[in-house]
Amino acid sequence: MTDNLEFTPWADPSQKPLIRFENVTKKFGDFTAIDNLTLDIYEKEFFALLGPSGCGKTTLMRLLGGFEQVTSGTITIAGQDMANIPPNKRAVNMMFQSYALFPHLTVAANIAFGLKRDDLSAADIDARVDEMLTLVQLKQYAKRKPHQLSGGQRQRVALARSLAKAPKLLLLDEPLGALDKKLRTETQFELMDIQEKTGTTFVIVTHDQEEAMTVASRVAVMNHGVMIQVDTPDRIYENPSSSYVADFIGDVNLINGTARVVDGVVTMSWAEGQPKLSAKSALDFAADAACILAIRPEKVNISSTKPGSAHNVVRGKILDIAYLGNISTYHVQIADGTIIKAQSANNRRLARRPFTWEDKVYLSWTDTAGVVLAE
Amino acid sequence: MKRLSWFNATSLAFGFAFLYIPMLILVIYSFNSSKLVTVWAGFSTKWYVELAGNEAFLEAAWVTIKVAVISSTLATVLGTMAAYAMVRGGRFFGRTLFSGMVYAPLVMPEVITGLSLLLLFIGIGMDRGVMTIVLAHTILTMCYVSVVVSSRLVSFDRSLEEAALDLGCTPFDAFRSVTLPIIAPAVIAGWLLAFTLSLDDLVIASFVSGPSSTTLPIKIFSSVRLGVSPEINALSTIMIGIVTIGVIVASLVTKRSVAMRAKQERDAE
Repeated sequence: MTDNLEFTPWADPSQKPLIRFENVTKKFGDFTAIDNLTLDIYEKEFFALLGPSGCGKTTLMRLLGGFEQVTSGTITIAGQDMANIPPNKRAVNMMFQSYALFPHLTVAANIAFGLKRDDLSAADIDARVDEMLTLVQLKQYAKRKPHQLSGGQRQRVALARSLAKAPKLLLLDEPLGALDKKLRTETQFELMDIQEKTGTTFVIVTHDQEEAMTVASRVAVMNHGVMIQVDTPDRIYENPSSSYVADFIGDVNLINGTARVVDGVVTMSWAEGQPKLSAKSALDFAADAACILAIRPEKVNISSTKPGSAHNVVRGKILDIAYLGNISTYHVQIADGTIIKAQSANNRRLARRPFTWEDKVYLSWTDTAGVVLAE
Repeated sequence: MKRLSWFNATSLAFGFAFLYIPMLILVIYSFNSSKLVTVWAGFSTKWYVELAGNEAFLEAAWVTIKVAVISSTLATVLGTMAAYAMVRGGRFFGRTLFSGMVYAPLVMPEVITGLSLLLLFIGIGMDRGVMTIVLAHTILTMCYVSVVVSSRLVSFDRSLEEAALDLGCTPFDAFRSVTLPIIAPAVIAGWLLAFTLSLDDLVIASFVSGPSSTTLPIKIFSSVRLGVSPEINALSTIMIGIVTIGVIVASLVTKRSVAMRAKQERDAE
């Protein structure tokens, strides 16, 4: 995966996007599923659409597949306007959430189904089916019917079938939703592997943020038909653009306060008589504007004595301790009543734990650990 | 298996007796060697042999089978199309009216259907014959096919069709190569149902048949008016046999496909 470190076509203005959404709106009656959306997706990207159910992510995918038509705006794929082009005329294939394997056909016939619609010789079709079966490691199952396969095997047949026509773009609708957690994690890596081998552009819809973070080169967080943030997984996690994104991806502590900015450093007042918090920020705030400090639990340090060097130190009382084996999460109530979660690795045995319930502790973090947000 | 209580066993016995004793008597008397229908004179198959030599009956049987095969095939095509339009068409204009009208012949008295068809055929100057019976039976049985097929289509996973379109099929190609093979058991059951309905229809056929096109039920009915002969018993026994086989096959096909689907759904979990 070392190539991926260099793979940033979205940052290169000379690159042409494979898919371009321009002011796309999709309405179902009075309901607006997609609201004036503009987005570029580049070739060979593994692009994840993430959001709660009903946020429009599946509609966006069905627009790409040709199963829905836009109400207004344009979608272009490889420079071609997709308006009025039916699904069977698009160089796009989709892997359905239910897999949609044809129950009356064998695994091999399922994979060959799309190829038979092209002008290919029987020998070419057989060769391609063979290639696909090898790719998904199902060679010995070629003659089975879908109902004779396990859930994981069916998922792989569906993937092979949708990749068989070598589409420019593969759409995956919750591809791993039906698998159990362990199999899902394995399959995520398989998907990434296959995406890299075939060089196909993947657009995946998921509601599982861990899955999106694992597989994607870029993640788009959606809500109510609007793109809230489109960024690489690490930027989404470390630099969320709003408290919605911060809260949606992983665990986060949000502290409300008012901001004063001096030389790119925000000094934040958050409670009467408490020392102010400081954080570096690229955003500019008007004097005493409302702001939110978002900080991840694993970046909050907890100690029983006052740490000397940290920029931000806050006192609090432990309300709860969640012991998860490898780590513990402490719920600490601070002066304004907010409950801050602090995580620490359990690198010593439990009996040696320095704090317990009701203990007064110090929470501390550096001035680069959190992000100051306007909303 | 749970044992029936004496009350349930008795009512079951009475029910079956009520339904099947008349037919059983007919079947038994078809093997009677006496010419008198009501007097038992020993076992014989001579009426079946005589039936095989009766030109009029054979002619009527041939017409009946021809009508049943053609009309049930037409009804299956039209009924499947109607079911597809109703289940897949979404909320098109006039959908409720259309579905109501497709199912109307189910409850319409056959006398009225027969009479109105007769008036239509006279009105457009169509000579009554095999063709008119075929048309009338198609109208009668199409709604039954439509009911059977649409109940299967309702539980059909739409994404299978979308997958076919996605893989390059035209909508018609998707129907032919994906939808039809999967709903085939329901279509076959619908055909068999239409076939048996057409086979034993008397009322509508007697309105729209012409002199050259007597179906078996009409032939039997008119012969019986001149007196019941053991030959008729033999013929009726054969018809009971054919209809029974048709109904059993139709229900087995349906049952097997339901079981298959249940198994696939179980496996899918």
